[in-house]
Amino acid sequence: MARALINVPQKSKRGEIIEIKTLMSHPMETGFRPGMDGQLIPRDIIEKFVCTYNGEVVFSAQLHPAITANPFISFTTIATDSGTLVFSWTDNKGETQVQTASIQVE
Amino acid sequence: MNRLAYLVVIGIALPAFAQDARKSGFDFMGPDTQAMQKDDLANPGMLSVLEGEALWKANAGTSQKSCASCHDDATQSIKGVAARYPAFDETTQAPLDLAGRIIQCRTERQGAPAPQREGRELLALTSYVAHQSRDLPIAPPKDARLASTRAQGAALYSTRMGQLNFSCAQCHDDNAGGHLGAAPIPQAHPTGYPLYRLEWQALGSLQRRFRNCLSGMRAEPIAAGSKEAIALELFLMERAAGIHLETPAVRP
Repeated sequence: MARALINVPQKSKRGEIIEIKTLMSHPMETGFRPGMDGQLIPRDIIEKFVCTYNGEVVFSAQLHPAITANPFISFTTIATDSGTLVFSWTDNKGETQVQTASIQVE
Repeated sequence: MNRLAYLVVIGIALPAFAQDARKSGFDFMGPDTQAMQKDDLANPGMLSVLEGEALWKANAGTSQKSCASCHDDATQSIKGVAARYPAFDETTQAPLDLAGRIIQCRTERQGAPAPQREGRELLALTSYVAHQSRDLPIAPPKDARLASTRAQGAALYSTRMGQLNFSCAQCHDDNAGGHLGAAPIPQAHPTGYPLYRLEWQALGSLQRRFRNCLSGMRAEPIAAGSKEAIALELFLMERAAGIHLETPAVRP
């Protein structure tokens, strides 16, 4: 798989609501479209997105064929402690792409 | 002679007048699309720019040299380059677009296989190179050898073609600011290419946009990298001279 853009505030106050934005590079091929040869292009989509914050799942989503290429997912969580956010995208072949970001909470 | 002098005066006065009325396609977009373009962490075109950056630094071909081996730091060395293309190429003695120049560099200087037009690799490299000229004004070269091709592009722009018998100018000059179906009609200034089109779900070149428009007009699409495509690009860049580049743009 390819690369992702992640926007997490580097610093935050304890208890503050923070917005996290992720943009994943992925074709999200539905599996319903015929290619130039008339054959269906095999499905290639991200099926699951999970974000953990210091090991605890704070957001997860299931993705389906109607979702755009390069899906942009934005959500909020509460800054509890300094640590790492781990983002993982799993596609329908079972391959997982993982990226991390760190946050400092004062 | 008097009449000729009069025409020359109009010729000088008109572009100055038109300058105020010229707008990038960005100004025709909705606030959502504009916001998506402005935020580098939400702009999907930036994914290609990042990929291009990695390719810029990676060794390729038989020379085992990267783009950076010769051009060094792209943020300095190729700033403003995209604003000058298409330019006249000394080796082929013909106008060459930016993608064409990258193909030439790849094959002749790096000894790598020619990247495919509209392919992922070439789009990524082109968007990375063009991104270095973001916020710089389009500055077409004053090379006299480009004049004939540019005139050819101008003629193509105002020629009616296809089953619908439209010319580019009928939409983009006469009806710019209006709508075609639900889609706004911009003034056709190539300010953000390669750009991310939500309709394509991908990054695409200006020449893909030409094919898109031409097939909409039921005209024969011009091939990527063809003489006609470069002529039209030359003319459009001249027409947009001074407008700032915004690669990678986002359009609906």
